[in-house]
Amino acid sequence: MLTTHFRRAIMIPLGIGLLIAASVTQAQQTNAVVIKNFMFAPMSLTVKAGSTVTWKNLDGEPHTVVEDAGLFRSSALDQNDSYAFKFDKPGVYKIFCGIHPYMKQTITVQ
Amino acid sequence: MSSDFPSDPSRRNALKCLAFGGAGTLFVLAGGILTPLDLALAASEKGQSADSGIPLFLQISDTHIGFNKEANPDVAATLKQTIDLVNAMPLKPALTIHTGDITHLSTAEQFDHAAQLLAGLNITELHTVPGEHDVTDGPGTEYFSRFGQASDNKGYYSFDHNGVHFIALVNVMHFKPNGLGALGDDQLAWLKADLKGRSSSTPIVVFAHMPMWTIYQPWGWGTGDAGEAIEALKRFGSVTILNGHIHQIVSKVEGNITFHTARSTAYPQPTAGNGAGPTPLTVPSDQLPAMLGMTSIKIMQHPLHTALADTTLA
Repeated sequence: MLTTHFRRAIMIPLGIGLLIAASVTQAQQTNAVVIKNFMFAPMSLTVKAGSTVTWKNLDGEPHTVVEDAGLFRSSALDQNDSYAFKFDKPGVYKIFCGIHPYMKQTITVQ
Repeated sequence: MSSDFPSDPSRRNALKCLAFGGAGTLFVLAGGILTPLDLALAASEKGQSADSGIPLFLQISDTHIGFNKEANPDVAATLKQTIDLVNAMPLKPALTIHTGDITHLSTAEQFDHAAQLLAGLNITELHTVPGEHDVTDGPGTEYFSRFGQASDNKGYYSFDHNGVHFIALVNVMHFKPNGLGALGDDQLAWLKADLKGRSSSTPIVVFAHMPMWTIYQPWGWGTGDAGEAIEALKRFGSVTILNGHIHQIVSKVEGNITFHTARSTAYPQPTAGNGAGPTPLTVPSDQLPAMLGMTSIKIMQHPLHTALADTTLA
């Protein structure tokens, strides 16, 4: 009996830990944008209010992340540099690269 | 490799003697016509023929100080090669024009390094316009703190030199998510006022970073509202429009207007539409010098015309 209780006490926290780890990983994947070959990927993204979106530039050419209405503007991101922004308010945000303004992305915050 | 208009076989011979290629175009005023002249030629004895005129100015572009990737790990060295080539010219023009992308990421450190390198030019007068890489912060704080004085921090300005009217335009600010460069209504109104009352026989040189005609829309190689500027320039007998941005030479003539883009001193870019985007193009290192360079410009008087010459570092 003692052995069984002890085992259960260990298993439960372990299970919760795994669940938390899994959900964090999923959130990071969902809100991660890569910039590659002069494109934002994905080109449209939907996130929940309060989410932080991270952009990482994989191109050898620098890019910036600019919100059309002026909400935010990253500095020039060289290769492998990242920028993050937390979207607090629901809405549709138009993003483009300030160096190559034909690169566009839409972020919907629910 | 070099190109010039009109062609001159003696220049080709002169170029064969060059160990490294250079970088720029020299614009010469000779009797009223702007003539581009190879720097290599200008540096040679043959370049001093009576009809070649006085070099009017030199254009360098897209120095991208701060870039250090595979396409050219040492952009400071290739700029320095370019400057050495200019300094070796027996007949130096009085002006140098830098058509933007002085730096790669608009940092204070990169601007300081560029200024230090450009100070090595034995041509004292330097005029600039920003490229989009010089104003990545939006307002262009670092660029304007250094180069804003000529234009009262507007970026666009004009001046006269040797009877030629020079106009510096900015088409890399206030980008909107639609692709092309833009001049904007304020600048266009200023341009029209600047040209008003000026004699049509005045040679005009316009310089701006992004091409003033649409070379390739999907990569933003053009200026959306340039047409209005071109319209205002059409009545002049000799108009030369010089740009950078695309790191390769593309030119065309339309009526009295000559359009010309200069090579970069830093790295080449692919030709229009060739690849995913206008990314630094990596070529075998022995081929790189032939893809970097500058432009020199002469102005010829009878008849009035510009002569452009592009020189490479190889």
